[in-house]
Amino acid sequence: MRVLAAMSGGVDSAVAAARAVEAGHDVTGVHLALARNPQTYRTGARGCCTLEDSRDARRAADVLGIPFYVWDMADRFHADVVDDFVAEYAAGRTPNPCLRCNEKIKFAAVLDRAVALGFDAVVTGHHARLGPDGLLRRSVDAAKDQSYVLAVLTRAQLDRSVFPLGDSTKAQVREEAARRGLAVADKPDSHDICFIADGDTRGFLAGRLGEAPGQVVDALTGAVVGSHTGAYAYTVGQRRGLHLDRPAPDGRPRYVLSITPKTNTVTVGPAEALEVSTVRADRPVWTGGERPDGPIECEVQLRAHGDVVPATVELTGDTLRAELRRPVRGVAAGQAVVAYRPDPAGDVVLGSATIAG
Amino acid sequence: MAYLDHAATTPMLDEALEAYVAAAREVGNASSLHAAGRRARRRVEESRERVAAALGARPSEVIFTGGGTESDNLAVKGIFWARRAASPARRRVVSSAVEHHAVLDTVDWLAEREGAEVGWLPVDAAGRLDPEALRAELADHGDAVAVVTAMWANNEVGTLQPVAALAAVAAEHGVPFHTDAIQAVGQVPVDFAASGVSALTVTGHKLGGPAGVGALLLARDVAATPLLHGGGQERDVRSGTLDTAGIVAFAVAVEAAVKGQQEYAARVAALRDDLVRRVRHAVPEVVFNGDPDDRLPGNAHFSFPGCEGDALLLLLDAQGIACSTGSACSAGVAQPSHVLIAMGADDDRARSSLRFSLGHTSGQADVDALVAALPAAVERARRAAALRAPR
Repeated sequence: MRVLAAMSGGVDSAVAAARAVEAGHDVTGVHLALARNPQTYRTGARGCCTLEDSRDARRAADVLGIPFYVWDMADRFHADVVDDFVAEYAAGRTPNPCLRCNEKIKFAAVLDRAVALGFDAVVTGHHARLGPDGLLRRSVDAAKDQSYVLAVLTRAQLDRSVFPLGDSTKAQVREEAARRGLAVADKPDSHDICFIADGDTRGFLAGRLGEAPGQVVDALTGAVVGSHTGAYAYTVGQRRGLHLDRPAPDGRPRYVLSITPKTNTVTVGPAEALEVSTVRADRPVWTGGERPDGPIECEVQLRAHGDVVPATVELTGDTLRAELRRPVRGVAAGQAVVAYRPDPAGDVVLGSATIAG
Repeated sequence: MAYLDHAATTPMLDEALEAYVAAAREVGNASSLHAAGRRARRRVEESRERVAAALGARPSEVIFTGGGTESDNLAVKGIFWARRAASPARRRVVSSAVEHHAVLDTVDWLAEREGAEVGWLPVDAAGRLDPEALRAELADHGDAVAVVTAMWANNEVGTLQPVAALAAVAAEHGVPFHTDAIQAVGQVPVDFAASGVSALTVTGHKLGGPAGVGALLLARDVAATPLLHGGGQERDVRSGTLDTAGIVAFAVAVEAAVKGQQEYAARVAALRDDLVRRVRHAVPEVVFNGDPDDRLPGNAHFSFPGCEGDALLLLLDAQGIACSTGSACSAGVAQPSHVLIAMGADDDRARSSLRFSLGHTSGQADVDALVAALPAAVERARRAAALRAPR
């Protein structure tokens, strides 16, 4: 196959490209320039583009002996990921920008361009398994598994994707990078949002949405217990940084239960009030076999690296409904619900949808 | 491989490479007083004379540098500083909108950091400067102008500038005129004295010499403040131990390129004309950029409507054909060419452009390979570009 390897400048995508070469594919490396101003982005950030990352990616491509180019995706990234991120927070939801980047950039804008230019598939360094059966599975490295942020991909997108790292742990990937003489072997992992260089999401949002002072209300008593400078800066389940003026009457800690953009109100309450047993979600994608026409038993994950709970999932039209076997705390609108089927060869992604709220 | 990017860099001439290796085997710092030093000094001075003779300059007007970018910086900053120091009112730089970044960014830097005013001369749709525009500029601001800089030949679209006419206008006002002749030497006749310019940039690796060595030809009566301070090896205008082997090879290459220029230009222009004719036939909607006649013999520059240059480059590269989008990279990302924008092109046309540049090793097979690969590449690049259309 003629494949396009998306190379972020990190160790995973470098080894993924190396394995694609070794598998006999005709590989071309591409670094995605996502920042309008590279200095403002975080080095080592996943899939992102400081100048240093771009050079690291090019150097890895040199070592592998493959052609290498930089593709300017900054405008698309800004519109589809950064603006979307801000708009979602403004609407009281909690977006996952990595997931959105996969859905709109790597496996859409980049993949489409690659196909138009004659490539058969896109190779990335995501930790997930995608075998000949076409099923997306969790990585063998549970701690590094990225199947959650890939679960939004459609059948057509998966059919043109190659994830060579799913059978390896991160430690094995690093070892292999060192063995192959790739200088990125010991480059630190990325964790934070690439386009927020200092990691201060609240400050980033405040810079774009402005200050919007409002009230923090206790769900049990209806009393105003504090104030905030922007409801958008809160996430359901959040406990730290609430700065309440007075302790709750029951003396127990308070958590963010909901954000209401219309009234600019943050509602807080005790931990058990966070518990959710039914999850409604929109825009379902189903890739783990035939779309079910009745309720099915499976497991669901409600945020990246979140707990997995048994559930009954039912698809109706453009809605997914999950009845959780045990209640889960901190389910945030805007995150994905991903349904998995347990499997000894790696839990299979059945489908996903965006949690409504 | 079909190498169609000679304007980026061209293979070293055999005689230059041999001269380099022979000189690099010898020890000696040209500034040393002993016999080895004197031998190195002699090679440098012989090279200086060869470069001067080939380019119509006096040996004392040849300042060896570390290449084109340094020469451009030295000329523009150095003359600006010296003129302003002599007369503080002279803090205006006049330049053209189509200069190479080595000049463009230097002028911008002077504006941002040294308080320079800038007069930008426009170009026409072929990328050509009008001496009358310079005359008007100098009539308005002549007393305030420190230096005028305009290239001899454009590195992207290949258009030749009326350098002698421009230099004559500058001379009427007593303003020093610098020209970046990096793309011109060896391609078209270049004579420093006859052109009337005060300073001229030339570099080795565009004419069969090594990269990292070049020269600034600087008239004796034009002062330039140094960029690099130290031993003052080159007329006290440029410091740094002389790269004897590089200078020797550079001089051999300059001499050979100038000596063979006519024959070279005739052969390469014929090949280029064939390339242009066949590309137009293969992709009828191409737009040929630059002056159709008054241009570098090896340069062919096209816009491919509906395509992105970087996609075309990738596809041709995969077929073993090397060309250039001709534009500068910022963080590895191709920016729309400032040259085409100055010529009146919109962003899309600027982004759809490719430069094919022929050189001394080019042959019919290179053109054949390009013409064979181009239609399919254009077809694919068009499909890819259509995805970018607003949704």
